[in-house]
Amino acid sequence: MTAEALDITVADAGERPWQAALRRLARRPVALTGLAVAVFFVVVALAAPLLAPYDPLATDWRLVRKPPSTLHLFGTDDLGRDVLARLIWGARASLMAGLVSVSIALSLAVPLGLVSGYLGGAVDGLLMRIVDAMLAIPFLVLAIALAAFLGPSLTNAMIAIGAVQTPIFTRLTRGQALAVKHEDYIEAARAVGNPDHRILLRHILPNIMAPILVQATLAIPGAILAEAALSFLGLGQQPPAPSWGSMLNIATHFISQAPWMAVWPGLAIFSLVLSFNLLGDGLRDALDPRRG
Amino acid sequence: MTTFLLRRLALVLPTLFFVSVIVFGLQQLLPGDAATALAGEERDPAVIAFLRQKYHLEEPLPVRYALWVGGVVKGDLGESIRIKRPVRDLVLEKLPVTAELAALAIVISLSIGLPMGILAAVKSNTAADYAATMTALWGRSIPNFWLGILLILLFSVQWGLLPASGFVSPAESVPRNIATLIMPAFVLGNAGAALMMRHTRSAMLEVLSADYVRTARAKGLSQARVVLHHALRNALLPVITLGALEFGELLSGAVVTEQVFTIPGFGKLIVDAVFNRDYAVVQGVVLCTALAFILLNLAADLAYALVNPRLRA
Repeated sequence: MTAEALDITVADAGERPWQAALRRLARRPVALTGLAVAVFFVVVALAAPLLAPYDPLATDWRLVRKPPSTLHLFGTDDLGRDVLARLIWGARASLMAGLVSVSIALSLAVPLGLVSGYLGGAVDGLLMRIVDAMLAIPFLVLAIALAAFLGPSLTNAMIAIGAVQTPIFTRLTRGQALAVKHEDYIEAARAVGNPDHRILLRHILPNIMAPILVQATLAIPGAILAEAALSFLGLGQQPPAPSWGSMLNIATHFISQAPWMAVWPGLAIFSLVLSFNLLGDGLRDALDPRRG
Repeated sequence: MTTFLLRRLALVLPTLFFVSVIVFGLQQLLPGDAATALAGEERDPAVIAFLRQKYHLEEPLPVRYALWVGGVVKGDLGESIRIKRPVRDLVLEKLPVTAELAALAIVISLSIGLPMGILAAVKSNTAADYAATMTALWGRSIPNFWLGILLILLFSVQWGLLPASGFVSPAESVPRNIATLIMPAFVLGNAGAALMMRHTRSAMLEVLSADYVRTARAKGLSQARVVLHHALRNALLPVITLGALEFGELLSGAVVTEQVFTIPGFGKLIVDAVFNRDYAVVQGVVLCTALAFILLNLAADLAYALVNPRLRA
């Protein structure tokens, strides 16, 4: 055992796994930077009515495509709307898409994965073939098809993204449930007469939450990117409501005349996605003591 | 090997069945009467009646599925309601464009991702490793449509070096074909390169600490020979599978990238079909992309089994 590993073992003694993981996360400046940026965007989204300098929907024909100035820090768009105000309000759509889609996927996938892994047999075989089929259709292609058939709106985009992410979580939960279901403590819980649902919810689920949580954190940036892509294609947030993806879509028509319209929304998506990726990577490392 | 082959083939059939169920099921998501929704905005009663008959909408669901899948097996993917052409013809027409774009993107992702992954593993925990890891993180986080817009801004609007949009067939002019595809292929390849770099790095790190690599070093072989001849050959095995998985990501990325650069491929076909409410085309494209993905993964698994001696027994 290396000195580093010994340090971890000694320091972790007497700590709950979660406390040890949080302590390890706190020692990772890159992950903490990711957390800080993500929190910044959450605060911006929540405080949008207070922070936005103008009404994000207010058009002004005298201010069409004005470059950044002291009055309009990020410039104005093709309808004279303040880009900064729309960017601030647009944070809501992106964050909501990230969190709601992943929540939809979790709420469908975790029960399915638990049942599939725990029961095994024909139920497992059937569920896994459906999962295989869903994974065989490229992520965005299926999301576009679902959003197209459901109708274009932010809600339907979130449902589509959540549905498309479900097989990933189902497979992960099933794998984890399979790995722990033969552990001694599960056998003991079964031996004392606990019913299946109690074993699944009280004994298996808490012990497989760590990898699911890491995957959820890493799935949020994927969902944010997918929402931005759907809105960019016109299948997500509908105009005039602001969303970073739809702002970029409009910007493509004015690339040479008003490049600032394309720069800020893209930078916002990139920063938010990067922050969740950094946080997810840090969380994954912190929850895996072997990674130190 | 034969057992592996049979087992792998046995998994493909149920996957194909459920893919067909999902694609057929998409139509059931249409709000209200399917024939009215399929008829589009004009809502011509004659068209609605025709569609009701054509898609057997009066029949029970399992019968409709059986009729639909029977047509698909014979190559009938339905007909575009807007362009009035068989979906199969449209798919076959657009497929080469997206395939060329995807192939170019794979070349770009390999030529960036592989050297970066090798460098990061060989120079593990040095500035070069951190730089490569950060570049990969950049590739994972940047929205490809934004990168496309930035490239257009720089190379087309500012410097006028490359066309901002459109597509020229290689049969017409190879240099102009490359000029129209290089930016979208870079945009697509960029995300793939990040993925390739991460996997190459971790595979190389594992292989570099193996006994046979230590033996090769002990024999006095040069670092370059150890890395390229002994380590890389083994580390590349999982990359075959990864390449096939990346194809799915490429198809996803191609949908948006083709829209940004106005390339008349698969992606543009599905997006245009969505806005024209041309649902048969949407279904056809989804089915064909899934089929391509499944077959490519099957081919990759077989190739992996062929080159991996442990699976050959």
